[in-house]
Amino acid sequence: MALTTPSDAGATAREVIAASLHRRDRDVRGIVLATLLLAATAATLVILVTLLTQVIGESAPYLADRGTEFLTTPIGSNPDQIGIWSGLYGSIGIGVIVIIVAIPMGIAAAIYLEEYADQGRRVTQLILVNIRNLAGVPAVIYGVLGFIIFVKWLDPITSGDTVIAAGLTMSVLVLPIVVITSMEAIRAVPQGLRDGGYGVGASRWEVVRDHVLPYAAPGILTGTVLSLARALGEAAPLIIVGAITGFLPETTLTEKFTAVPILIYRWSGQPQPPGSEFSFTAAAAGAGVVLLVLVLFFNASAIYLRNRFEKVRVGQ
Amino acid sequence: MLTISDLQGSRSQRRAELVSRRLFQGAAITTVVISLLILFVLFRGAINFLNLVEWDLGLLSDNGWFPRRERFDLRTIIAGSIVMGSVAMLVATPFGLGVAIYLSEYASPRVRRVIKPVVEVLAGIPSVIVGYFVLRFVAPEFVTPIFNPATQNNMLAAGIGIGVLVIPIMASVSEDALAAVPNSLREASYGIGARKFDTVVSVVLPAAVSGLVAAFIIAISRAIGETMVATMAGGFDGAGLFEGWAPTNRGLTMTAAMTNAVGGTDQDVGGPSFEVLYFVGGLLFALTLTLNVIGNRVVNRVREKY
Repeated sequence: MALTTPSDAGATAREVIAASLHRRDRDVRGIVLATLLLAATAATLVILVTLLTQVIGESAPYLADRGTEFLTTPIGSNPDQIGIWSGLYGSIGIGVIVIIVAIPMGIAAAIYLEEYADQGRRVTQLILVNIRNLAGVPAVIYGVLGFIIFVKWLDPITSGDTVIAAGLTMSVLVLPIVVITSMEAIRAVPQGLRDGGYGVGASRWEVVRDHVLPYAAPGILTGTVLSLARALGEAAPLIIVGAITGFLPETTLTEKFTAVPILIYRWSGQPQPPGSEFSFTAAAAGAGVVLLVLVLFFNASAIYLRNRFEKVRVGQ
Repeated sequence: MLTISDLQGSRSQRRAELVSRRLFQGAAITTVVISLLILFVLFRGAINFLNLVEWDLGLLSDNGWFPRRERFDLRTIIAGSIVMGSVAMLVATPFGLGVAIYLSEYASPRVRRVIKPVVEVLAGIPSVIVGYFVLRFVAPEFVTPIFNPATQNNMLAAGIGIGVLVIPIMASVSEDALAAVPNSLREASYGIGARKFDTVVSVVLPAAVSGLVAAFIIAISRAIGETMVATMAGGFDGAGLFEGWAPTNRGLTMTAAMTNAVGGTDQDVGGPSFEVLYFVGGLLFALTLTLNVIGNRVVNRVREKY
């Protein structure tokens, strides 16, 4: 008896402890939170799917009827016959100018800030803070800047409110994005690579050109592709710079311009003219599909590039 | 014997070094010049506007925004920005934060690899397309049947559209904040027997709170600066009365007032109805800059802590 009592007590204690460790009560709060989070994520995906369905759904019969003619016809007043050629011309022009102006300039500024500048100096810190703040300035404000500088002051070069002025405005808009993403890519270059170059007597420029830039290239490309997508999708600065929202048959570098996002803006709110088979909103959806294909293609390639880049770095 | 000149490198090498440094430095300094030009353009334009208008007491306070009639009631456009910004944040905060917490604390690596790019696709959707989506779907199919507003296009519909645009920013900045919480904190919590719920709510979220606040502030700044959705779906075409604070009313944001100042005056550039562009632009710039500076400060403080 005296011998069995402690073992009984031990068994009871073991059961009590085991029971308290394996709580049987359902973790209601935990389940509710997990469900809510999953619901929020699912709802975000549903919003995206609904948006894409709406754009593709409304444009499908229209695009099927119009075919490639929709891409090659200029804008006009009859939704059955209009096309987005004038807009594509402007958007492509803007993209080309961004590639020529913003991307080299942004990469150069990133190289200076990462490789040349003395990080401890106040001026460098000022430039860094300034770039971060520029990235947060609303797009319309860049439109105001572009209107004064590129349309008014640089009129002899840009001939006023033209594709050139719009492209330069967009270049200023995306410059901070190019700088920030390029800096991140350059920062990820292992220090040993630079030291190796300096060790054999290379100058700073030679190290940048032959070691840093080739290694950082995929990361820099990711940033530039993202910035290009941004430049193609923005509409607000173009309105301020003076994009035509009405009818414009011409496509030249020295006349007024328009762009694909502007056409979507314009056509989305336009009532259906009497006697036409299709509405302006169907044309807007069609232009939306073209813009989405362009922008999402750039975005997807940027995401792909970045993932590959990350994998290579992890694999080292 | 080895001399300094032997170690200096060749002359062409030194020249390339100097030229490249100057070139790169020039590009970096250009970014500062851009900031100064923004300040100069907005400030000069705003002063110009204030000199152009004929001052009387009701100019900035009589109800309504009618640039052609020289009635610039700031309350109309500021209230519009506040209402649409608030609706946008009511949409973006639960969804953006939910996505961030789910991705950072709950999702398996495989689910993450699928959902993260999808959120990035949403981030890449141009705002005009969201504007079209609001005009064709959100306003007629969602807001009108449920809230029965007086007009199909109103601040609620536009605010929801702006919210959709802000979700990805909210999600990505919040996720960065959650990722910055060291894993040792989570492990310590599990180690003393806390459940997932208690770990997330009592340990991870409090540790990330300043980063989450920063995400919220940066998202507000984006919502206020968003232009196209407010212009397309806010309900007013460039001018209108202040109809009240209810989101189902029509409204005009600061950004919409700016695009409309230009859009309607293709022929007559100049005059107060155009120059007001700089004045409103200056207000918007000051507002978003303040929010961004506060947001970036908070983000940096978190980075230093861990």
